[in-house]
Amino acid sequence: MALKFWNGAACLVIIAFQGCSSSGTKPEAAAQSGSGRGGAAQVGRYDPADAAAQGQQRARGAADAAMGYRAPSERVIYFEYDSDDVLPEYVPLINAHAAYLSANPKRVATLEGHADERGSSEYNVGLGEQRARAVARMLGLQGVSEGQLQIVSYGEEKAADLGHDEAAWQRNRRVEINYTGR
Amino acid sequence: MRQPHSRRRFAARLWCLFAGICWLGLAVAEVSLKITEGVEGATPIAVVPFGGAQGGDNIGAIVAADLERSGRFTPLPVSAMLEQPTQPSEVRLRSWQTLGQDYLVIGRVQPGGGERYVAEFSLYDVLKDAPLLEQRLPFAGAEQRRAAHRIADIIYQQLTGEAGGFAAPVAFVTVSGRSAQERKYQLQIADADGFGAHTVLSSREPIMSPAWSPDGTRLAYVSFEQGSSAVYVQTLATGARVVVSERKGINGAPAWSPSGQELALTLSKDGNPDIYVMAIDSRALRRLTDSPGIDTEPAWSPDGRSIVFTSDRGGRPQLYRMSAAGGQAQRISYEGDYNARGAYSPDGRYLAMVNGSGGRYRIAVMNLATGALTHVSRGPLDESPGFSPNGRMLLYAARIDGAARLVATPLAGGREQVLQIGPADARQPAWSPRE
Repeated sequence: MALKFWNGAACLVIIAFQGCSSSGTKPEAAAQSGSGRGGAAQVGRYDPADAAAQGQQRARGAADAAMGYRAPSERVIYFEYDSDDVLPEYVPLINAHAAYLSANPKRVATLEGHADERGSSEYNVGLGEQRARAVARMLGLQGVSEGQLQIVSYGEEKAADLGHDEAAWQRNRRVEINYTGR
Repeated sequence: MRQPHSRRRFAARLWCLFAGICWLGLAVAEVSLKITEGVEGATPIAVVPFGGAQGGDNIGAIVAADLERSGRFTPLPVSAMLEQPTQPSEVRLRSWQTLGQDYLVIGRVQPGGGERYVAEFSLYDVLKDAPLLEQRLPFAGAEQRRAAHRIADIIYQQLTGEAGGFAAPVAFVTVSGRSAQERKYQLQIADADGFGAHTVLSSREPIMSPAWSPDGTRLAYVSFEQGSSAVYVQTLATGARVVVSERKGINGAPAWSPSGQELALTLSKDGNPDIYVMAIDSRALRRLTDSPGIDTEPAWSPDGRSIVFTSDRGGRPQLYRMSAAGGQAQRISYEGDYNARGAYSPDGRYLAMVNGSGGRYRIAVMNLATGALTHVSRGPLDESPGFSPNGRMLLYAARIDGAARLVATPLAGGREQVLQIGPADARQPAWSPRE
């Protein structure tokens, strides 16, 4: 009896670990299919080659922005589930906004933090704010003055995509950079 | 801000291991939930449709629905009734005995002059063949549903010795409009069965987290109407409202102290979301938590001594408890990888929460003496749990076929009921502690 139990327990432990490692890769796979399908969100997996290409593209935007002509047209940064870590592929985009803000010291950016609908509403407000602060910190490191940045978190209250699947959730875990002032 | 990635991942693995082990225990808990899910042990009661002219639903039907929702009674369907007496002189208890009923309720509505009416009702003990209660309840025409809920309260109290709470209203937020431009948020109050909703606040910007004052006369809530979050307190009888907090960053998750003198809040003015307590009269603030991550969703224990809150200080959101006077916080939730939004039962013995595991978010109730956790909802996207005034039921928000709905479920088992509020999404319910 006792032996049987430990056998069962060992199986469970193995299942737990396997389940865990597969669930660890799942969001990335889902992220890929999501961005492929929807196109609105460029989220998910970090592929160095891909990121370099995107980085170059964004760097061109950054050059424009550095000239002070216009704000980068891409204004949304997407996040992984329950995370406020800025994914490496968004660093060039954030740098482009930093360059634009530095060149236009009278412009003010509102960083709007959002979360997907899963979990608890007020926790999600906290999560959205942590995401917006993570972006603000990176802009700050690039020399953007604190006075040019405002932060507001809506948590799960202002979904960009009203769906209830992983593709929709991905598009909702985001920080939007919106410009005000001149 | 956060733990390094590798540490978090290791912690996640540990959690999976722990969750795997817990799975055995959970499976057992689920079976027991299934067993109690029937209406076994619920008392059969016949509530005959009330006689006399009535606008809208029959009072008897509203009373029967309230009693059924409690999970403690099984009302006899009207179609199964052999007769429908409305006067005591017409009652023959023997025939209700044959139908296997323990109790019988009859009643009628009579004009009371102008817009006034009087509901007269009687409760019988069928087995003892004796009347238990006879009462008259005057009401204004517009308050017929409210009167019906009061009658259900009186009957429930008489038969169980406990308050029913059927006449206590529920506050919630509706969201309508498919696009961001059309989106409209409304703070509404309705009867606990979802009927009679009226709007307290309407906004193009989000409204969140309604919380009743302990005396049921005021609502605290979060509104983004000024472009960022602020906490308001609104007196319901007059509609007068004041902003009690509009600091930089988050102003959220208001929770009244049991005395009604203080509000616990989440503020991020000092850099990240932490819990503060504000004296409502003086607006003086006292800081309770100071962790680098997210601390939010404070809930007071009914004795006012402790505060439970959600924190991701351990990497993932879990529930912690600390003295309302300040000090160290102790983690109290361990099952599943996500526990948030604690809500105390009125007697302080249980804590309801959002419990997430394997991507499924369900409402669970923890026995605070033993730590045992029981799931009371199926998920997959349930949130915002709260207890009924008598602690016998839970009200929470769920996604059902893509729509946001409010669900009431008896804790001791019984059918869950979706509140009929309307086509708009309904979220973040809060059940008033008072009628």
